[in-house]
Order: sequence, then structure tokens, then C-alpha cells
Amino acid sequence: MKKHTLSRTYMILVFIFMYAPIVLLMIFSFNSTKSRSVWTGFSLKWYAKLFNDSEIINALQVTLEVAVSAALISMILGTAAALGIFSLRPRSRKGLLWLNNIPMMNPDIIMGVTLMLMFIFLYRICHLPFFALGFQTLLIAHVTFDTPYVLLSVLPKLRQMDIRQYEAARDLGASNFQALRKVVMPQIKSGIVTGGILAFTMSIDDVVVSYFTSGPFSETLGVLIFGMTKKRISPEINALCTLMFIAVLVLLLIINFREFKASKEREE
Amino acid sequence: MSKNELIRLDGITKSFNGNVVLKSLNLSVMDGEFVTLLGPSGCGKTTTLRIIGGFEMPDSGDLYFGGERINALSPDKRNINTVFQKYALFPHLNVGENVAFGLRLKGVSDRDVEKRVSEMLELVDLSGFERRSVTSLSGGQQQRVAIARAIVNEPKVLLLDEPLGALDLKLRKEMQVELKKLHERLKMTFIYVTHDQEEALTMSDTIVVMNGGQILQQGSPIDIYNEPANRFVADFVGESNIIPGRMPEDCRVEFLGTVYDCVDRGFEKNEQIDVVIRPEDIVLLEEGENSIQAHDRLLKGTVKTCLFKGVHYEMIIETGDFDFIAHSTVAEKIGMQMYLDIDPDNIHIMKKSSLETMTEMEYRLEHDPDAVMEEE
Repeated sequence: MKKHTLSRTYMILVFIFMYAPIVLLMIFSFNSTKSRSVWTGFSLKWYAKLFNDSEIINALQVTLEVAVSAALISMILGTAAALGIFSLRPRSRKGLLWLNNIPMMNPDIIMGVTLMLMFIFLYRICHLPFFALGFQTLLIAHVTFDTPYVLLSVLPKLRQMDIRQYEAARDLGASNFQALRKVVMPQIKSGIVTGGILAFTMSIDDVVVSYFTSGPFSETLGVLIFGMTKKRISPEINALCTLMFIAVLVLLLIINFREFKASKEREE
Repeated sequence: MSKNELIRLDGITKSFNGNVVLKSLNLSVMDGEFVTLLGPSGCGKTTTLRIIGGFEMPDSGDLYFGGERINALSPDKRNINTVFQKYALFPHLNVGENVAFGLRLKGVSDRDVEKRVSEMLELVDLSGFERRSVTSLSGGQQQRVAIARAIVNEPKVLLLDEPLGALDLKLRKEMQVELKKLHERLKMTFIYVTHDQEEALTMSDTIVVMNGGQILQQGSPIDIYNEPANRFVADFVGESNIIPGRMPEDCRVEFLGTVYDCVDRGFEKNEQIDVVIRPEDIVLLEEGENSIQAHDRLLKGTVKTCLFKGVHYEMIIETGDFDFIAHSTVAEKIGMQMYLDIDPDNIHIMKKSSLETMTEMEYRLEHDPDAVMEEE
């Protein structure tokens, strides 16, 4: 009995530490004054202010643009990579998967700094104007850390598939591409979409890599907020964080729901 | 059935990672024939099928289809369709769309597709299953869909890769009969791969017995069963007693110290040979029962075991140097002394030379199993 209450208390404490700050932030985003400790009444004024702040809206736009484009590009690259790795022999497959894991395990700061150095090298030394820090470099960086997630969510789908199905399609008169489109794609589609959503949330979530690889006119929300906390802490940020949290939460729910549905289908 | 050669394999050699799977294989398949490639796993039968289907390229040698060399032709360009081992149905499509897959690629109109799909499903006894999901079907039903999906394209040749392997015994027997009927009706060439000798004997026009990447014997089921070319074929196709012996003169064979009459001639005097006797050809006699030869000139043995097998009893008769397997509808008491009477027609003599090549191959199989690649 005693053990039971102890473990329960522990669990409650964990959840408090995890979620209390978020709940507090959400509550105070509706506070009518700047105060972070005293509740002075309900108001939507910070939300209104948020949407009138052109700097924030611009950053939001950059964030969404880069997240959506990076997700789409990494869906293509990750799927192609998964198809390629899948058709390799087991030994080379293991080697490549290990390489694939590096960007995910690598600390963000190292990835950010190395990418920045590479872009500067390409821009300054090789005189390639394309690599001037800005939206395009930000996008390249995001694609770099997004692609492994797509690859890892497509690969299990390929493993579930009987590879003879591809041969069966060829046997029935399909070209290489037709077999891929009509037989392989429909069966790995859910993996690609899940990977894309995951990639999108990763992009939204990122601050460190974006901080090093974005230019002055392509700041993401994360970078902007990080900068703001140094000079003025505006309650607008509470409102912004609340919205971002809800957006990510919804995406996660979608992913989980999809997986739940898929596993239920498999059981049937 | 026309007697034109449709497929010819000419010195086909194939190896995977340095393991030779097919050794200069020659095979000819007639138009409309039901050919079965029979052999243990790893013998190269599936690889042979995959080369004909276009899923593997031979390392050397040529593959001809209707007189045309098709070594490098991709599977979609060959007038050949395959029924895969585990069916390889498309789980994201329903039964009707699985069958329609080949037709849709050819650009057949919706109306014709619908008509031919329903004809095919009727042929395989699955009328009205169009909208069902393939994953909801039983093994036997999936098997039929796989067959319908292949033959709807009206190929010249249908390749079947152990298609009945996953079914239970009763269903397997039923499907054997149905496949045979289907073959007679469609007049298509069937090339069938199996390790089940009974399946091969039941269905084929021609059986090709393979082992170690080579063809050991090719012939009608009756030939293969009654006149096995060597020890391996005799052992693999049906049960048999294989005893070393010699030929003292034409139509006489000596084994285990006893001389029997036989019908084989043309051997050298005292040539060393192998004798094959099928268990059902051994007639067990008690002392004093009628026999072809006098009792004192027959082998004598003791009944060691007697097992009930349904139609017959299987007995092991100990004769000192060799234990015979004998089948009989009458059970004998264990420990009884019996005489082994064998009709001269039922004694099959095999040349030793073929045995020697076999032992070499068996040696390889046992001592270098890597060389005999698992076909999966």
C-alpha cells in the first residue's frame, strides 16, 4: 500500500514538473497585465498584439515556409534513400543506417556550426552567391536533419512488404517505375506521411541549427524568441508559445492516431 | 498438344556470391507441356524458374523462348507469368483489382477488364469475390487469386513456384487435381517447381529431377519411378531399397549372396551394379507358400517392425546385411521368418557409374553446404 502511494506521488511530481510550466504559461498568456506572477484578469490583448507585430508574423511565415518545404523535400529524399538502402546487401545497409543516425545523434550545436562554416566556405572561398546565409541555407540545414526521420519511418514499411510483390508487378507487365508507383508506393505511403509530419515538427522545434544557418532576414520564430529573451520579455511570447505548443500537440496527436489506426488494421 | 520446343536453356550457369547454383544446365520444354522441376531445397530448381521468368540473369549460357534468345529481356516483356511461392498478392488492392493488374497495364478497356476478371474468377471458383480484400481470404483462396492474376494475361508459359507449399494436405490434393484440369483446359505450358515427389508424379507430363545444380534425370513420371537413373533419383522419388550387387550373367542378378532372376541384359560379366526394389514389389512369403522361385533360393529375413500406414503396412525386414522396407496389405507378426519373393520385372538394375557421380555430389552436399545455396 505504502509502495503504491510512493510511486504514485513520484509520478504526479514528474508530471507537475513537465507540464506545470506550460500550463502556467498558457494561463498567463491570457493575463490582462504584463505581470508573470499576479493574475489580473482575462484578456486576449497579447494575442491581438502578437498578430500586429510584423517581426513575429514575418518569423512565423519563415518558420512555416521552411518547415513545409524542408518536410516535402526530405519526404522525397528520405523515401528515395530508404528504397536504395532497402535494396542493398545487409552489410552495406547496416553501414549506411549508421551514417543516417549521425545527424540525429549529433548535438545541434555541432551541426549548426559545421553547416554554417560550410556555407561560409562555399560563399566566401568558392564564390557561390547561392550559399549566402539566408532562406536557402536555412532550408538546406533543415532538410539535412529532417531526412533521416523520413528514412527511418519509411524503412519499416518496406520491411513489412513482401518484396516478391515488386517482382509480381514486373511479371504482370509493369515497368520498373510502374511497379514502384502502383505496388510499392501505396504500401509505404503512410510511412512517408508520418515521416513528413515528424520532419515538420522537427523543423518547427529547431532553434540551434537555425540560429547558425539563417540570415538576418530569414529568422525563424525560435531564433527570434531566443533573441527577444535577451532584451525584452514581452507577454506576447506567452501567447506565441501557447499557439506553437498547441500546433505541435495537434500534429503529435495526428501521428499517434495514424499509428494506432495502422496497428489496428494490421490486427484485423 | 503440339510438339514444338518453346523454351530452351542452353548451358545456363548461375552462382550467387561465388556459390555455384546451376552448373551448365540444359533443358528443353515443349509447347503445352506440364513440366515439373523436382528436387530438394537448394538444388537450383527455383533459380532455374527465376531465370526463365527473368528475375535472375544467367552468368553464362543462353535462354531461348520460341527460338529467340531472351537472356536480357526484362520480366514485363516476356510472355510468361508467375504464380509466386507465397502468392505475393497486392494487399492494397481487392481481389478484382489484383486480377485486373496486368490487363490495366496493357490498357484494356474497363468493360473488358470487368468481363475477363469475372471469367477468370469463375474459372478458379471464386465468382463474386471481386470486392473482397485479399487479406481476408484463406490460403487456398489466395492461391486461386494468384493463379487467376497470372493466367488472365494469357501467357504462353505459366511458372509455378511451389504454389501449394503453404496449404494443408487435403487442400493440396484438391488443388493438384484442379491445376491439372486447368492445364488441360488452357493448353498453356506449365513449369512447376516442387520438392514433393508425389505432387510431381501426380501432375506432370515430364519430371526433371535436379540436385546440386544439375539435372539428374528427365522423363515421364512412370519412367522416373520405374527406371530411376541413379541412386539419388531412386531414393528421392518414392521409397526404395537400394542394394549393391553384381550381374553374373544376363537376366541374373546377385545381391546379398542370393541370385534372383531379372529382365536386364547387356552388362559385362560380374559387373558391379545397384539394385532398386520398391517396397510394394516385395512379396513376403511364409515357409511353404507358392513362389516363383524355390524357397531355398530366396532371401530370408526377420520382421523387425510393422507399422500401420492407412492403405498398407510398412515393415522392416532384417536380412543380416541389409534391412528391407516392404509394403503389404497384410500385417506380419514381429519376429516372423519370411522369404522375400520379387518378380523379375520389379528388379531394376542401375549402372554403378551413375552412382559414383552421385556420391561425389552427395559428398559435396554434406561437406560443403554453403555451396548449395538456400534458395530463399
